[in-house]
Amino acid sequence: MLLLPALIGLAFLLVPLIGLLAKAPWSTLPSRLFSADVWQALKLSLICATSATALCLLLGIPLAWLLARSGLPGRGIIRALVTVPLVLPPVVGGVALLLVLGRRGLVGEHLELWFGISFPFTTAGVVVAEAFVAMPFLVISVEGALRAADPRYEEAAATLGAGRWLTFRRVTLPSIAPGVVAGAVLCWARALGEFGATITFAGNLPGRTTTMPLAVYLALETDPDVAVVLSIVLLLVSVVVLASLRERWISGLR
Amino acid sequence: MFRRTALAALAAVSALTLAGCGDDAPAASSSPSISSSTPALSGTINVFAAASLTGSFTQLGKDFETAHPGVKVTFNFAGSSALAQQINQGAPADVFASAAPKNMDQVTDKGSPTTFVTNTLEIAVPKGNPAKITGLKDFADKNKKIALCAVQVPCGAAADKVFKAVGITPQPDSLEQDVKAALTKVSLGEVDAALVYKTDVLSAKDKVEGIEFPEADKAINEYPIATLTKAPNPDGAKAFVAYVLSDQGKSVLSAAGFTAL
Repeated sequence: MLLLPALIGLAFLLVPLIGLLAKAPWSTLPSRLFSADVWQALKLSLICATSATALCLLLGIPLAWLLARSGLPGRGIIRALVTVPLVLPPVVGGVALLLVLGRRGLVGEHLELWFGISFPFTTAGVVVAEAFVAMPFLVISVEGALRAADPRYEEAAATLGAGRWLTFRRVTLPSIAPGVVAGAVLCWARALGEFGATITFAGNLPGRTTTMPLAVYLALETDPDVAVVLSIVLLLVSVVVLASLRERWISGLR
Repeated sequence: MFRRTALAALAAVSALTLAGCGDDAPAASSSPSISSSTPALSGTINVFAAASLTGSFTQLGKDFETAHPGVKVTFNFAGSSALAQQINQGAPADVFASAAPKNMDQVTDKGSPTTFVTNTLEIAVPKGNPAKITGLKDFADKNKKIALCAVQVPCGAAADKVFKAVGITPQPDSLEQDVKAALTKVSLGEVDAALVYKTDVLSAKDKVEGIEFPEADKAINEYPIATLTKAPNPDGAKAFVAYVLSDQGKSVLSAAGFTAL
């Protein structure tokens, strides 16, 4: 009797989305859809989410390797700390980033003084905020895949004379590819929908830091119809991207 | 198998029915007042108020609770436009105090609003004024980090009016969703200046300095307050509004920097 709870669960997730489509202002949709603000926010959202995912991949895969394979003492604590951004309310994450990378932040103060680099109120700041909240998804997913991967292939590669970097590149990574893809998808989706950390750390300025979630929130305050249109656009883009990732890439069954 | 499904369905239906039977009106005494004296108040009063009223209304809430034991006043402080939307979507508010008539007009089911205070804008800079801001013209400087309120919220609409009246095009780095968020950016030193209310500068006077500017009177914000038609606690709502409009209310609001009417 798993069918009934499963159907209720599915309805719980789908009914709000159906409601969104049902309440859309279909008559005025075309004119609202082609306003410059929508496409600007969408473009920024997609660029930032993809950049954040790239950053997470670059830093997250090595971190996952550290947690799964390195044998470092205190890995349990490191793992717990890595998952903190998941439990932290996003706005708190944004405040924390401000206190560290802000103009008077621990690190940010020196960054600005020595290199003239400043993150708040920049598109780079959006990427940093999104990466901060989304990286745990990638790390957990890849760590799981690394633990499940068979180390004997790597041992075989070593006996055949492959160096560690070559082994990692040609043997380990392909074997954990489904886990990496699944983690990257979650990471991308989380980064795309991030609101609290972005608005607190990077601020809100159309063209520079106004992502779709921020645009929806502000539109909701004066014109809910515009907010619904923006939400539908974001929903459609997300569904298209996620649906185009074929299941076999994620499950790894060949 | 069929019996188990039937039992599960029965349990689900009963649970839903019981949930629907939950009382919509909380324990608010709605005894008809025979005399003109205030009826005994009880229960909770939900007040939705603009972010700029945070300090003063919290104090008023405490004073009201002391004057009426057994009553609890809870607050929801946010940008007035967000609050108006919440009320229209059915949020259980008793009183709404907005930072602009425009947002009060957005709310459909309300009693007739009364303007109770006005507020003027002031430039807020971090303590010590590191960027040497002198006036409004610094807001057009691209090299300075500026925070303004988004135009949708009253503080942003007033700022927009002032800039248009003076003929300056501001170059903001962020448009915040309520005035307290803009103030926070100043107190953290993240921006060189922001345009907030006089009351906000006063509320953060240990972290923030204020710079007055002559054109502030071009956009004075009038704050209306009203009880809501669908209030769960209508007697409490009326009593709280009366308290805000009373002399005690006026003195608390004036101390916070508002101009009480």
